[in-house]
This record gives sequence, C-alpha cells and structure tokens, in this order.
Amino acid sequence: MRARRRLSVLRRGPRRVKEAGSQLALFRARAFTGFAIIFVCLMVLVGRFFVLQVMRHDEFHGRSEANRIKPRAVAPSRGLIYDRNGELLAENIPQYRLELVPEQIRDIDDTLARLRQVIEIAPEELERFGETRSLKRGFNSVPVKFQLSEEEVARFAVHRHEFPGVDVVPYLTRYYPQKELLTHVVGYVGRVDQGDQEREDFQAGWMTHIGKTGIERQYERELQGEAGYEQVEMNAQGRALRVLERVPPKQGRNVYLTIDAQLQRATVAAFEGRAGSAIAIDPRNGDVLAMVSLPSYDANLFVNGISRKDYAALLAAPNRPLFNRALQGGYEPGSTMKPFIGLAGLELGVRTPSTTVFSTGEFRLPGNSFAWHDWKKGGHGRVDLNEALAQSVNTYFYGLAVEIGVDRLGEYLKQFGFGAPTGIDLVGEGKGVLPSREWKRITQEKPWYPGETVIAGIGQGYWVVTPIQLASALATLADGAVRIRPHLLLATQDGLNGARVPFGPPATTASFVHDPANLEAVRTGMISVMHGPTGTARAVGADSPYRIAGKSGTAQRFRRKDGAEYDENRVSEHLRHQALFVAYAPAEAPTIAVAVVVEHGNSGSKAAAPVARRILDAWLLRSPPQ
Amino acid sequence: MTAGTMTQLRAGARRWKQRLWRRIDLDLPLLGALLVLCVVGLGVLYSASAGSTDQVTNQALRLVLGLAVMITLSRVPPAILRSWTPGFYLGTLALLVAVTLFGEGRGAHRWLDLGVLRFQPSELAKLSLPMMVAWFLHDRPLPPSWGSLAMAALLVAIPAGLIAEQPDLGTALLVGVSGAFVIFLGGIGWPRILMLVGSAAAAAPIAWEFMHEYQRNRIRMFLDPEADPLGNGWNIIQAKIAVGSGGLLGKGFEASTQAQLDFLPEHTTDFIFAVFAEEWGLIGVALVVALYLFIIGRGLWIAASARDTFSRLLAGSIAMTFFVYVMVNGGMITGLLPVVGVPMPLISYGGTSAVSLLAAWGIVLSIHAHRRLVVG
Repeated sequence: MRARRRLSVLRRGPRRVKEAGSQLALFRARAFTGFAIIFVCLMVLVGRFFVLQVMRHDEFHGRSEANRIKPRAVAPSRGLIYDRNGELLAENIPQYRLELVPEQIRDIDDTLARLRQVIEIAPEELERFGETRSLKRGFNSVPVKFQLSEEEVARFAVHRHEFPGVDVVPYLTRYYPQKELLTHVVGYVGRVDQGDQEREDFQAGWMTHIGKTGIERQYERELQGEAGYEQVEMNAQGRALRVLERVPPKQGRNVYLTIDAQLQRATVAAFEGRAGSAIAIDPRNGDVLAMVSLPSYDANLFVNGISRKDYAALLAAPNRPLFNRALQGGYEPGSTMKPFIGLAGLELGVRTPSTTVFSTGEFRLPGNSFAWHDWKKGGHGRVDLNEALAQSVNTYFYGLAVEIGVDRLGEYLKQFGFGAPTGIDLVGEGKGVLPSREWKRITQEKPWYPGETVIAGIGQGYWVVTPIQLASALATLADGAVRIRPHLLLATQDGLNGARVPFGPPATTASFVHDPANLEAVRTGMISVMHGPTGTARAVGADSPYRIAGKSGTAQRFRRKDGAEYDENRVSEHLRHQALFVAYAPAEAPTIAVAVVVEHGNSGSKAAAPVARRILDAWLLRSPPQ
Repeated sequence: MTAGTMTQLRAGARRWKQRLWRRIDLDLPLLGALLVLCVVGLGVLYSASAGSTDQVTNQALRLVLGLAVMITLSRVPPAILRSWTPGFYLGTLALLVAVTLFGEGRGAHRWLDLGVLRFQPSELAKLSLPMMVAWFLHDRPLPPSWGSLAMAALLVAIPAGLIAEQPDLGTALLVGVSGAFVIFLGGIGWPRILMLVGSAAAAAPIAWEFMHEYQRNRIRMFLDPEADPLGNGWNIIQAKIAVGSGGLLGKGFEASTQAQLDFLPEHTTDFIFAVFAEEWGLIGVALVVALYLFIIGRGLWIAASARDTFSRLLAGSIAMTFFVYVMVNGGMITGLLPVVGVPMPLISYGGTSAVSLLAAWGIVLSIHAHRRLVVG
C-alpha cells in the first residue's frame, strides 16, 4: 500500500486522480477558510488602528505633544546691586552647571556613578543633589554641579551622548566683586533649600538661588524679577531642539544702596584688623553710608554651596566672622549713653545746663556704704553738664539717673530708639536692652535694686545696645531729635537704562525736644569732648579741620572690684574692655554720624575715637565726586 | 536598410519579448504588489531614519538582492525544489545546531559568521521547514492520519525548539506557524485542530516556565505597559502614542515626531509601521493592510491552482505565514499582542528577513509559473 502511494499521481489510475481531485477540493476549502480567518484578523487589526487613531486620537495626540513639547521656565537675570555712586556690589557672571532631568533617566545612581568618571563630583554635591531633587518634580532639571571648569565642560561634551537626560547648561551666577567688604550688608544668595520653599518670595519652578541674608534677602522680590517661559521641542533624551514659543522673562530690578563703598573701605581700613563694628549714617535723611562688622568673610563662598572645609574654617576662625555685629552685636554702651541721659535730665526738668555737681571720686546712695567711682581718682571737682560730658564725669550721671528714676529715664530714652529694633531694612536685627523695673521683672524675675539705677546712669549694668541702635540714636541727636529710620535702600531701577526710582522719603516725625537750648547744651558738651581743654578725646579732635561732636565709652567686661587695678597688659584680650565712640560732624551742620565699637579696645577715647575720626575724615575731606 | 526590414526587425523583437515573457511567466499582480510594498517600505524607512541615505541605500540593495533571489527561484520547477527539500532541511538543522554551539550576537546566539557573511540560519528554517512538512505530506493521504500528524509535528518542533532556545521567540513562532499552516492546509479535521489548539493553551503555563526573563517581561508589559512606563513598557506606550497621534490622515511624510525625536525606539526596524501609521494615518494603514491582504489572497489563489500537493501546501503556507508577520507586528505596535521581534514584512529595515521573504515569494511565483503542466 505504502509503496504504491509513493508513486506519482500521474502514473496511477483514475482512482488516484479522483483522490487527488478530492484532495484539491479539501485544500481549496482550507485555503478559503484560511483566507476568511486572515481577512477577519486583519479587519480586527485595522479596527484596532481605528480605535487608536480615530476614537482615541485626542488622547494620543495630547500625549505625543506632551512628549515633544515641554514648557520651560526662563529664569530672569537677577537685579544688580550698586552703592550710592554706582559702584557694583553684586553682579551676575556666566558659568556652566551640570544638570539632569530625573524623568528622562532610568537609573539615576548608575548615571551619577558614570558621570563621576567624567567630572569630579564631591560627596556633598551629591548630597545636595539628592536634597534638591526631592524638592522638584521629575520633569524639572536638577543641578548636580555648579561652576564647571572649561576643561570639565569640554570633557562632558565628548561623553555627552552616553548621558541622555544630562546636560551642561550655561547660567548666570551671582558674584560679589567686593568679596568680604559688604557681606554683612549685601548678604548673599544661596541654593534654594527646603526652608526657602515656605518663603513668600519664593518662586517655584525656576529658582535655583534665593537671597539668604542681607539686602539680597530683604529685597529679594525687587531683585528676582519674573520668570518667562518657552515652549521647547525636546527629543527623548531631553535635549531641547528648538523653541516654539517664548515669553521673555522680566529681569530683576537693580538696587542702589545708600552705602558708599569708598567710605566702607576706609572704615574697614580704620580698624586696622581689629574686630568690631562701625556704622555711619547721614543724620539728615537716615542714609546708612557705611556699615561694617569685622571680621567679615567672602560672600562668594556661599553662593553655590559652601564646602564643609570652608564652613568649618569660618566657624573656627577667631572673632566669629559670620556674626553680624552691626545688626546683632549687643554691647554695653557705657559713657556713650551720657549725652542722651544728660539731655533727659534737661528735658525732664531735673537739671539745667548750668546745674553743677561736685565730684569727689566716689558716689554713695544715702544709707548705703557701697561706693561707685569716678574714673579719675579723687574726682573731677565741681562740674556742669558741659564739663561732665567733656570729662565723662560719672558722679554727675550717677546722681542724675537716681534723680530721674530708671523708669522715667527709660521712657525718655525710648524716643531715641533704644530697646527696640531700629527698623533698618535688613532682617535679623537685635533689639538690645533698655533697662527698667518691668524689664527686669519679666526677664529676670527679680526686683530692681536702687544701685542698678546708679550704674544705668553711665550706660552700664543691664544696658545693651546694638551698633545700629547707637548710630541711629546719635543721628537723631545730631539732627535735632528728629528720628529717621536708618535705611540702606537708595533707589531701584528697571534695567540699566531705566530711571532710578528713589526710595520714598523716610517718614519723619517732629523733633521731640521741648527746648532746643537743651539739645544745644548737650551738643556743646560733645564738642568739648573733642575740642575742649579737658575733653577726653581732645587728642583726636585737636587737629581736625572741621568741628566734631563726640563721646567715648568703655564697656567694662572686666569689672573693677574695689581697690583692684585694671592693667590692660595683664588681662587677656577677650576680657579687655570694649572701646566705643560716637561722633558726628561737622558739629554745626552734621552730615555724618558714626558709632564705633572696637572689641577689646580698652579705652573708647584711645582705641575707638581714632577710628571714628578716620571715618569722618574719609567722608568730609574727600574731594567731592565729579 | 529598408522600412520593411525595420518593421520586420521590430516585429521580431516584439515576438522575442513576448516569448521571453512567456518563458519567465511571472504572476504580474503578485509581483507588482510586492514591488509596491518594497517601494512603500523604502519611503517609510527614508522618513523614519530621518533621511538617512545610508540606511535606505542599504535596504534598497538588500531588496534588489532579494528580488534577484526571487526571480531565480521562480525559474526552478517545484519538483526540483521538492527533491532538494530533505537535504535543505537537514542542512538547516545542522546550521541551527552549529549556531547553538558557535553562534554570536548580543544576548542571543543567532548569527553564524561564515567569514564572508554573517547570517541567521533561522531565516533558512523559515523556508526549509514548511518545505519539509509539505514534502512529508506530499504523498500521504490527506487529511493526515494521527501517525503522519505526529511525524509532521516532530519535523516542526525540532527547528522551532532550536530557534526558541537561541532565544528568538519571534522567529520560532514564525517557523512554527509556517509548519502548522502546512498541516492545516493538509486538511487536518477541525476536531483535531481544536484539540491541538486546546492542548497548546493548556501547555502555556509550562512554556512560561521555560521562558527567558526578558520574554516574560514582554508578556507582563503587554498585559500592563503603564506599570513601568520608562522601562519595559516604554516601547509599547510610545508605539501606541505614535499610532494614535497619527489620526485619520496622519501627520504627513517625514513628520513623525515620535521617530524624529527618538521617543519611539527601534523606529526603523520592529516599530517602523508605527511611524508609518503616525505619518499616514488610518487611511495609509488601511491601504497597506489591503495590499498585504491582496498579496496573501493572491498567494492562496496560486496555491489553489498549483499542480501538486507539495506546491499547494507550500504556497499556501508561505502566504499564510506572511499574514502572521503582519498580524504579530501590527498587533505589537498597537498593543494588541505582546512585543515579539517580528518585522513588518518588506517594510521593516533589515536585510535577512527581506531576502528570505522575497525568496519565499519566489517559490510561490515558481509554483504559479509551473501550474499549467497539470490538469486544473
């Protein structure tokens, strides 16, 4: 059977042909069925295309566009900061940064590991990357490393194809050309962190940096501008191919400060490397001309994240450079308080300018054996207000404070701004301490002792002032007891060619002095300090081509026990006195008022007064700008 | 020379041409449809490769080679092909074993380097396997008995298994179904078909056990592509986006953003039809599917008018396997079927499959050319 079957169809009989015919019919039936099934299947396939292309077209069209077109915020460039003469204090310079788009990377850890073989990325940069990444949504780019060197940019360019979703992006970085000169005023911007997201002036989406301290923080809104956006066509690797639509950003406004950079430099120089603070204010309008806290540090360190090493060095540096003394430093004002207390005595009717007091060198309260001393052994003899200020006679002010009473004294001095922030346009200002019974009851939960009133009369005891408070109070005194809030903003400007919009004229109040003669008497006493034959700072005032009104102060860290002598050479520096000096000039029509604190400076008249003089000289003797 | 001689010469030339044509005896509708498909394929490739003349030239050369093979095979009588079949089949098996032992390729051993050229023996199996099954059933009574069915199944299983082991699921599938179609066309009874399909479905969990992880992932992704939109699901999602965004009329030639911007991977090879669908819309898709349907139908028609069982079974299987390419690839890019590496025939970039497909159609053309020697 089988052998026969193997023979070809043609050689067989008609039966086989018939069998072949039925096979053919069977095949044709099968082929037809097969074709029918294929037809149905292909119709199903076309139906599937119909579902996707017609019924769900809108959905996929949207997804295709979303794939391709990404809106991208265009960061505005930050406003520049100038001093009052147009000298640049903060600018933007071009840099390159490395960034990646998490959404477009399948394995970020692996990508970072490979990136590190091309570009050095420090562990702290990786850490910061992780932090920033957690704050952003996946399609936003996250910076990995800032300030790439030219070599790094070139190296990445070679390997770029290996890193889809990673790119080197040009950007503008904040740069402070004055380095450490104005760090405590201008402050700095830094990378946005978790806490910044809560800030009202934070703009989501494009901000990489935000003002952290100083003017940069205070005027963040002015400086930041408004982001524009663009619709960008991107490929799957996240590379922008072309811009389809663009709404330009609104650049940040430029800010002009009242600061005079030249005076600031002179002020820093006057300290000759010592720690301390000095503030110069134009008493006529409250413009802060110079504001120094020393030591300082280079603001540029913080812009793109300070390295741990640099930060540790700043923390460990002597005299705490990070500490803003001008704004937050609390000092015992000492005798610099005497002009204010003297004025209080006159204004409150306790004394007249010619009332005299006899200084024996010791002051005692009735029924109290404890003695408070004059700085001069044996006393100064009989002195009126002028001499009391010129020679800084403690006994005069001990008695005066007792006669006024601490609460009344405090109430009066409040008008100069003591015990409260001045309201200068910088965040983080301290408020100092204006001693009073109530203040002590609340903060110390102890009653007020009469002896504490005595030393309050010479600016000691519980008194705490900040340099800005002292300078502001002095400016108030110099300007006829008209209080003007000190401020740093001079004007803002829209673009380099825009008109400068001056900071609104500061709110002024009427003079709070009842009798201008009282003020005049105090001012005369302060002139005697500098120019009188007995003035404590006559050595500093002697050769001045203009007349100065001043007052020294020495805050005693080292408390003088009875009989113990103070020998500055035997006291370690941090226990030495703080030297303070306040001065304004020209005495007749003041245009500058300065408060100076030299830390560990021993004597106000010896250490701080020359600093003040050099600041005044720098301002008043300068050849007028063209 | 006189005008008369010129006329004579012209008439002679015309006669000679007619004779030549009769000798070649190509099925013009089928040949024309295939050529149109090749041209369409080159056009899509030009667009999908963003105007890469390298790729287009390359593919054109392979198509020319494929057409040459096709024309050549169309001259070989089926009887001769049939006599070559057992040797061809055994040779293919030997090469498949060789590739398992010495093959190369990324992740899978598919390629055999013969010094001058590298090729995939599995492509040979696409031809030799249906030929072998057809050869086997050729002089057996049809519908086949259980015994011949078992033997035919074994002939299919050995090469398909070797290919699946490489691993190359797509080709194993194509080779397997090409054999299965021969059996189907051989007239196996419907109850048996249902029984076999049923047991295949029952064996699916067992097959799952033997699958490679990447193959399992493909099936998982097919079931839920959005579960891992950046990883394994990416291709399916992007292909669907390409297709869906094309709409009714398409975005136009060279306007596939999904391909131009690299969102769609493999957009010149396995996923090229998604680019076509994006650029030409449902209208274009329907026209190309109609072209495929015509080619398949023409192939089956040729099979039905073939002279012997071997020719019938082989031509029918070739035509129906062509459908499987279209269905699997089209189903893949629309998310209807899992991702299996099956090209869209004659459109996807890739030389070996283009040549083997055209070779197969060459056999169909030969079967057509040699139909007349038998009684219809």
